Amino acid sequence: MLARPGLPSFDYVRASALYEVPRLLEEHGEAARLLMGGTDLFVRMRDGFVSPQILVDVKHLPSMRDVSYDEQTGLTIGAATTMNEVARHPDVQAHYPLLAEAASSVASYQLRNRATLGGNLCNGSPAADTAPATLVLGGRIVLYRPTGEREIPADEFFLGPGATAMQAGELMTAIRFPILPPGSAGKYLKLGRNKAGDLAIAGVAVFGFPDGTASGYRFRIGLASVAPVPLRAREAEEVLAASPPGEETFALAAERAMEAASPIDDVRASAAYRKAMVRALTLRGLREIWRQLS
Amino acid sequence: MTMHSITVTVNGGRERLDVPSNMTLLQLLREKLALTGTKNGCSAGECGACTILMNDEPVNSCMVLAVEADGAEIVTVEGLADDGQLTPLQEAFVEHNAVQCGFCTPGVLISAHALLKRNPHPTEEEIKLALVGNLCRCTGYLRIIQAVQTAAGRVSQQAGLPRPASGGVGAASASISQDKGGA
Repeated sequence: MLARPGLPSFDYVRASALYEVPRLLEEHGEAARLLMGGTDLFVRMRDGFVSPQILVDVKHLPSMRDVSYDEQTGLTIGAATTMNEVARHPDVQAHYPLLAEAASSVASYQLRNRATLGGNLCNGSPAADTAPATLVLGGRIVLYRPTGEREIPADEFFLGPGATAMQAGELMTAIRFPILPPGSAGKYLKLGRNKAGDLAIAGVAVFGFPDGTASGYRFRIGLASVAPVPLRAREAEEVLAASPPGEETFALAAERAMEAASPIDDVRASAAYRKAMVRALTLRGLREIWRQLS
Repeated sequence: MTMHSITVTVNGGRERLDVPSNMTLLQLLREKLALTGTKNGCSAGECGACTILMNDEPVNSCMVLAVEADGAEIVTVEGLADDGQLTPLQEAFVEHNAVQCGFCTPGVLISAHALLKRNPHPTEEEIKLALVGNLCRCTGYLRIIQAVQTAAGRVSQQAGLPRPASGGVGAASASISQDKGGA
């Protein structure tokens, strides 16, 4: 296949203020797309999967690249913050290392200088590497619209491959994360065809902390690349809340996580392999987090 | 299609240009400014042959619109050497034979240059991770990694350099030192 350096024809519009964005999106309807890092969008345009006539650039708008941490309210990350900015931010590293780990697992260093956290989430890709971390850390998506702002839990954001709860005319401005429970630990396990740089065959985020459950701990498990949407493995989490931590419980939970996966066969791996890898990665993640918690 | 008037600084020189919306920064560099050191490989942000520095950070120039580079400072592989004098990194590439067909080399140099700026003492693992986005089909990467290690050693211990202490990089651009021992 010949490389095509050129992009199909479109008009680039640099939005001058947040309030202008919904108007632009409404005016042009399906013909308009929001532009942040462009690392997914440009590839899809070159391949002819999408052909927007207007790209509305929003990454420079106020607060779109701000990262702020507050001991009461938690972390707010502007949607257009790049993956490298997320990964190296001191507050992210200090308080949300799982998110830093997930952000730095995306593609390559130079791509992470363009790819944004918000773009990764609002593309609605089942393979979004930051989605499992966002799910298990209790992330909330902040959407701006003409009537103001609304916030929805990441849990309710992903609706299908390429489909999210973002409505026409809306713009993702930030992702918020609550203060994490004391003594928590998290890990993102990503399996690609290569050790680094590839999309995930399967991605598993495991997050755990002491809690008043029957087991004394609460675990959350997030999965990517193994279902139509990134999702939580709730039944696995229930097993871990109910039974004492240990090999037997972990094995059962890993089995439940595998059952939560409904992957497809594709160029990267077969569905059967993906399911088996969800079990293996979940088990590995649980052992690692338990080692840190106990 | 809308045209945009932009100003970019490329390898130290300011350029005022009119660019169409869909022109990539890669096209701008190669086709408008004739800086053909930067290569077009995959056009999809995978191969890294088009890697350049934008405001001191490496990016895939095929993944940036020219209009998005308005106001930015760009450095391409042509901007690394100072007046024909290779950088210690470039010299190390020559010494280690870290180049075969050369198509990936401009992007690799930019990525490695940026790595050494943010982390002057990278481990082998850190070098590999920094070059994940630069595919090379010839060298098998080993010599590239060795060259980056050599350059890191030299940059970090300027005093011990087998060269003038002026911060220069060897006597003349043509006479690259030929230390044996790489083999």
